[in-house]
Amino acid sequence: MSEPKTDRRTFWMAAIFGLPGVISAALAIPAALYLLVKPKSQQKGTWVEAADLSQLQVRKPEEVVFRRTRIDGWRVLTEKATAWVVKMDDQNIVAYHPQCTHLGCAYHWDQKENNFICPCHTSAFSIDGKVLTGPAPRPLDRYAIRTENGKLLIGSEIQKS
Amino acid sequence: MLRRIIDWLEDRTGIESAINHFLGEAIPHSAGWHQVLGSVALFAFLTQAFTGVLLAFNYAPTPGDAYSSLRYIVTELTAGRIIRGLHHWGASLMIIVVVLHLTQVFLWGAYKKPREATWLVGMVLLLVTLAYGLTGYLLPWDNRAYWGTVVTTQIASQAPGAGPYLLRLLGSDGGSIGVVTFARFYAAHVLLLPPLTMLLIGIHLYLIRRHGVTPVPGDESLPKKQFYPEQVFKDTVATFVWFAVLAAMVVAVRVPLGRMADPTDTSFIPRPEWYFLFLFQLLKLFEGPLEIVGSVVLPTIAIGALFLIPFIDRGKAIRVRQRTGAIALVALGAIGWAGLTARAVATTPPSTESADAGLRQVEAWREIPAADMAAIGYFRKDNCGNCHVLGKAGEAPDLAKAPSNRPADWLTQHFKQPATNAPPTQLSGLQIKTLATFVAKRDDKAVEAWSSAPQSDVEGAMLYQTNQCGMCHQLNGAGQQVGPPLNGLADRRARDWVEHHFAEPAKFSPGSTMPPYKFSSHDLDRITSYLLDIPK
Repeated sequence: MSEPKTDRRTFWMAAIFGLPGVISAALAIPAALYLLVKPKSQQKGTWVEAADLSQLQVRKPEEVVFRRTRIDGWRVLTEKATAWVVKMDDQNIVAYHPQCTHLGCAYHWDQKENNFICPCHTSAFSIDGKVLTGPAPRPLDRYAIRTENGKLLIGSEIQKS
Repeated sequence: MLRRIIDWLEDRTGIESAINHFLGEAIPHSAGWHQVLGSVALFAFLTQAFTGVLLAFNYAPTPGDAYSSLRYIVTELTAGRIIRGLHHWGASLMIIVVVLHLTQVFLWGAYKKPREATWLVGMVLLLVTLAYGLTGYLLPWDNRAYWGTVVTTQIASQAPGAGPYLLRLLGSDGGSIGVVTFARFYAAHVLLLPPLTMLLIGIHLYLIRRHGVTPVPGDESLPKKQFYPEQVFKDTVATFVWFAVLAAMVVAVRVPLGRMADPTDTSFIPRPEWYFLFLFQLLKLFEGPLEIVGSVVLPTIAIGALFLIPFIDRGKAIRVRQRTGAIALVALGAIGWAGLTARAVATTPPSTESADAGLRQVEAWREIPAADMAAIGYFRKDNCGNCHVLGKAGEAPDLAKAPSNRPADWLTQHFKQPATNAPPTQLSGLQIKTLATFVAKRDDKAVEAWSSAPQSDVEGAMLYQTNQCGMCHQLNGAGQQVGPPLNGLADRRARDWVEHHFAEPAKFSPGSTMPPYKFSSHDLDRITSYLLDIPK
């Protein structure tokens, strides 16, 4: 049995390792994109009308209920959602996500204390969302908002500070 | 350092010597390119398993969700089309390579003693591969899948004696295809067949190692070669070629997805996947009580004969060029298969829906009846939108939000004199009636069309309505069927033909009872464009 020439052997080795490398890349790259990139329709946010600006009083938080559509994979769901909306002054409005930043309990506005109180672990937040007391790790989360023709629009994106 | 890791692994697991043993297999001097197909088939299976798992990550296996989840994979997910393409075309290419592998083994007579068991296991693997094709065909749950499977289950029901039980096993009691059938097909495709395949491949490979790669007569005395690297190189190149063809198909050919399965659709022409077309055509050669010969008897005999080949052909191994009988059989089989398949393709009428109908977005206005389109036109013509702003409650109710619940005579009166200061309507009695029906009964599609339908097509629909075309023709599900339905006219007729046909129907369609219509050139353009814009 004669040994094949060295250069032929080198060529074989290059093919044996190179070609499966190409195949693996051709399979792995689409697979990674497929699993890791956000679905197309979820890349653009949606806006829903939630409140009439003229009905809001300055520095008086209102719990606003609105219907929004949420995309769950291949399904489109309409569901009820709430936000705590505060008109800070005529220019500034914020809409807080209705869950405490500690462990997700629903908090409420305490008229007497003049702050938001979470019933679970007594976190308290000021009207501008800052943590006053309790275990909450960060200020209240906010919805992306926009105003248009005197209406408050709430976006699907939630901003954490 | 690397050496130390390898040594540690070798000491604890023996993996290095196992690989060396595997790669160092002695193979006959004659081994070469003709023996690469088994490796390619194995790789094809691995590719299918990989892409199949990826698809399953985003696929909901119930008739209610299967179609929309698959559509989601293909249209919403990045590279989803590639993953599905690899799985879909990979299945076809796997069938091809498995059949080529079988043909090679048959031609070389590699099934002879002592390799009968290897052949038998391989035959079962062939059937398992076909079973993947059969069960996977239903899973997209589009018309093609649904109707193709209806035919398959009907054929199974013809099996003498076993028919009803086979049907029950397929979850298709009484011949209908529903949630149970779907669950069975899915479970078979992903839970039953893959472990079975792996087990059979394991046995198949074990038997190959046990008996060694089949030598050519006269080869035994020649010095043996090692599997690695020369044969590994050949297997790798062949695998790469197979994968390159697959990749090219994924890029160049759109993977089909029709409309969602519709059991009431009587116009769909079901066809099996291309590799089963010859069976479908074979069936046509036998009519009436003989049908069972084509559907059950002949396929059973053919498969049985294939299984028995090692026991029928017990002669001594001879060189492939001298195996004239085997070559003749393969040639006959190939000619028969190609002939039947070609005949089936040639006699298949053009499909009523295009292969990728489910992937195209159809605008809402193309799918609503002409009366609704015309009503949108009346709404626009009478400037109703001045007060009724769509999507906003203003001076007048937002008609996009909910249908009007006013009684018909109130609406009629309202259209005649919408408001005290508004100009009186320009609409005729019939047009008022059409608009009243529309605002009270409109659906979501109509609402979408309301704001988005192009004015020229709306004008075409108004002409369609004024000339009462619906008295004889059906369009988007509305109208009579005295004349031919008009959906998909663009696929059947040229624009010129349609325009001239209006003026002299009898000249273009002999025997037609359609009266001639003399339109102005503007109107002719509008109504023709509208009709040609309505899809199948």
